[in-house]
Amino acid sequence: MKKMFVRIALLVAVVSLLLSACAQPAAPTQPAQEEKPFRVAVVMPSTITDLAFSQSFFEALKKVQEEEGGPSKFEIAYSEGMFNVPDAAAAIRDYAAQGYDLVIAHGSQYGTSLSQIAPDFPETAFAWGTSLDTFQAQGINNVYAYQAESQEGGYVLGTIAALMSKSGVLGVCGPVNAGDAKLFVDGFVAGAKNAKPDIQVNVTFTGSFSDVSLMASAAETHIAAGADMLTGSSQSVVGAIGVAKDRGAYWFGTQWEQTPVGPETVVATQVFDWTIVIRDMVKSARAGVLGGKAYTLTFKNGGLKLVYNDKVPVPDDIKAKAQETINGIMNGTIDPLSGPKQ
Amino acid sequence: MAELFTLPVLLGIIYSGIRLATPYLYAAIGETFAQRSGVLNLGVDGIMLMGAYTGFYVAMKTGNLFLGLLGAATAGLLMGLLMSVVSVSLQAEQGISGIGLNLFGLGLSTLLFKVTLGGVESIRGFQPIRVPLLGQIPYLGEIFFNHNLLVYGAFLLVPLANYVLNNTTFGLKVRAVGQNPQAADTLGVNVTLIRYTTVCLGGILAGIAGASLSLALINLFQENMTSGMGFIAVALVYFGGWRPWGVLGGALLFSFVNALQLWVQVKGINIPSDIAVMMPYILTIIALTLSGRRARQPQALTKPFERGEN
Amino acid sequence: MPAKTEYTRLLNRTIEALLPLLAVPVALLIGAGMIYALGVNPFQAYGTLFQGAFGNVSGFTQSLVKATPLLLVGLGVTIAFRGGVINIGGEGQLIVGALAATAFSIGFSDLPRIILLPLTLLIAALSGAVWGGVPGVLKARLGVNEILSTVMMNAIALQLSNYLLRGPMIDPAEIERGTQIAQSDLLPQAAWLSRLMPRTLLHGGAILAVIMAVLVYIFLWRTTIGYRIRAVGLNPDAARYAGIPVQFYQALSLILGGAFAGLAGGVEVSGVHHRMIEGLSGGYGFSGIVAALFGKLHPLGAIPASVLFGGLLVGADRMQRATQVPSALITVILGLVVLFVVSSEIWARRRARRRETRG
Repeated sequence: MKKMFVRIALLVAVVSLLLSACAQPAAPTQPAQEEKPFRVAVVMPSTITDLAFSQSFFEALKKVQEEEGGPSKFEIAYSEGMFNVPDAAAAIRDYAAQGYDLVIAHGSQYGTSLSQIAPDFPETAFAWGTSLDTFQAQGINNVYAYQAESQEGGYVLGTIAALMSKSGVLGVCGPVNAGDAKLFVDGFVAGAKNAKPDIQVNVTFTGSFSDVSLMASAAETHIAAGADMLTGSSQSVVGAIGVAKDRGAYWFGTQWEQTPVGPETVVATQVFDWTIVIRDMVKSARAGVLGGKAYTLTFKNGGLKLVYNDKVPVPDDIKAKAQETINGIMNGTIDPLSGPKQ
Repeated sequence: MAELFTLPVLLGIIYSGIRLATPYLYAAIGETFAQRSGVLNLGVDGIMLMGAYTGFYVAMKTGNLFLGLLGAATAGLLMGLLMSVVSVSLQAEQGISGIGLNLFGLGLSTLLFKVTLGGVESIRGFQPIRVPLLGQIPYLGEIFFNHNLLVYGAFLLVPLANYVLNNTTFGLKVRAVGQNPQAADTLGVNVTLIRYTTVCLGGILAGIAGASLSLALINLFQENMTSGMGFIAVALVYFGGWRPWGVLGGALLFSFVNALQLWVQVKGINIPSDIAVMMPYILTIIALTLSGRRARQPQALTKPFERGEN
Repeated sequence: MPAKTEYTRLLNRTIEALLPLLAVPVALLIGAGMIYALGVNPFQAYGTLFQGAFGNVSGFTQSLVKATPLLLVGLGVTIAFRGGVINIGGEGQLIVGALAATAFSIGFSDLPRIILLPLTLLIAALSGAVWGGVPGVLKARLGVNEILSTVMMNAIALQLSNYLLRGPMIDPAEIERGTQIAQSDLLPQAAWLSRLMPRTLLHGGAILAVIMAVLVYIFLWRTTIGYRIRAVGLNPDAARYAGIPVQFYQALSLILGGAFAGLAGGVEVSGVHHRMIEGLSGGYGFSGIVAALFGKLHPLGAIPASVLFGGLLVGADRMQRATQVPSALITVILGLVVLFVVSSEIWARRRARRRETRG
């Protein structure tokens, strides 16, 4: 028993010694600058190259960085692959403690942790999404929230898919029926049904955001069931796009352009453009307002964009119909979760 | 429920079931050899990931799918060798060393993917080859004889493995070593060599299982793309009672149920999708339960061998 | 020459104790080579790792927060392993424990704290025990291999959680707002474990876990049941010969293992998140095995081992942030540590055997 303790104590001592011997002053001394850069940190569940949720945000950050005059004026730090919420919470806290001006928790699962961290750093601006809750009800004033109205693009893509489909069957490859994916899928189904009432939309969920193989099987099943137009959400859809490409089916994307996986397979994509959100948060944080605003991405404010792939021809009348639908959503005559309002 | 029992759905289930079964077959047949010789290799998932990554990377860089396959087999061989050193020579606890191997493979494949590829890209993988004559049979030709090379390979592997295990001297030695290594040793069988061979063979096949995903079924690589398939493969070996034909039955059953649950969702049958996704796992437990007592586990499974013991 | 044998024995013991410990530096050394290959200074990277894990209050408390579930899961793994069964189902048992703790405390939110909090944790442990009990009973009754059934139970628990969190257990506010995030309502405050330090996540669960470790030690080494579990694990044939119902004790050790993983889940919701969320388990079910193994499958050894591993994981994330070295590298290092630790035991075993034969 005692031996055990001695051994372990010995171990800790050895490892500590070894590590502290390696420990050098890690912080590089920065030359004094005339103007302090604005420092943004972001914590993301998947990777910055996931062709989906995380990449859409990171690309927007880079774009804003460019507008602001490069890394010397606008510094970006990021942690990717933070599926584990406690780790993400540690990262958020760490960035705040390091004095970042704006710390972004880019995942709805981080909300609870953020609501606990934000009050400890009243001088730091925080943001999270996708959600609309800025925690003001809890007396917290330094958190922004943002959400994409995915159902809008879902509705439009559903419309295009229904009109393009020759078989009359569409397939939806969902991850888990919740959050952003649920909004998108519900919008897609509503759009397709309204464009062509007799269309058949088959929906599957794999129960995972990362199971590429099961997603591929889901796409295969849809195609075997007669679907010629497929869509889906989350970073695992690359598996489905691979299958669609192999079998000559078409794909409709969301969150970020997935054309690299299927250059002649992806018809159109709802792209999230977070720059308007980031720009406003930065501006407002600089002015001393550190939170309390909830942002949405919509077609109307330019946060959602419909992007066609040039390599896949879409008939002009369908494109016109899509534009008409977008206009309808923008002026409020179409509800993307149910259809045209009476 | 009636909408499930139509010809197109049944044909669809069989077709996707056959494709789905492919990676499981390679991995589980390889694992059968390892276990028949007394080594439980729980690191199959990690080996599959290394195979999937290496195969994809080599194929993309050289433009040659067969070189990719060779790369995947080599990666699998190296991982198998590592497992052999740890569990055969150093006699480590096999269940735990398998978990170590898994972590190692998962981490290394992710790391290499990030450094060398950075993001997801796809390639044109192995294409379906229609078998002459047989491929022309209505219905059956489409679902059985219009697959890619790696799918055919997986199914041909089953009788081959069965023959090797039961009808060759090597197979006899493998079984002897797994049943009673001391006795085999007395009879002049090199226990260590046999176990190295089977674990490395298992590694090679697990590597090819990974490549069947990244080069033939999904045609891309993404981190942790196997999502635990390797564990299922190990379960199939138990399920199949350590016999290749039994493994085939298990792999097909698991895949058919997985294909079925997707069809249940596609047909809009009112079962929550999460419950549908559970079906194959529940079924595997039930199947393990039914086969638990019947199957004859190799006597020396998970027991390291040291000369002069007893 | 009694002095000399005493001396050699001491030397042998020291080597024996040090060998498994060498696994960490050797694995870190290999990792250093990889970091160097990635174009990052390994000294700087490891410096950040250590600083991030143990170098300041915030890092150290985070390491402890992380060590808490690792220790609890590790205790479960330790009991199972001592009983000769391998429990890979920690992940699923943890999820089920967390779900049950959430549902119970929300359902009985008007109970006073002194009753609600202990009951919540007890329910978590019980549900974990049930989830671990299924493979346990299957093994005892039907000889189903527990490694495989626990893996299957993990997959089932994950889907169960998906189902409950977007259906029956979803936070009503999420439906109202239309955001549909898959998470439960907040636990009543009475079911929260107290925070031990302001501005940190350190909570009472850490103390609870240490107490549990001591209790498990007493249980395994000072009670008849514990003795029998160890006897079964050490040599099932001998135990059977001595009249111990081997299968019963194997099932029992899996049930107890599940209870501790379930408790870890309860502690995570009640101490850290205060609600059930997606991704709560975060691989603790697997890293707990590593921690237990590194603690040499001894309940008290698991305490420093989980602190060390908690620190390693926290520091690794810090290293990723500071140097952008992918955190997958740490997964590689963890894998190597496991492989080296299990491999190095051969020398200890050989020495032990030699001592035996010498008398």
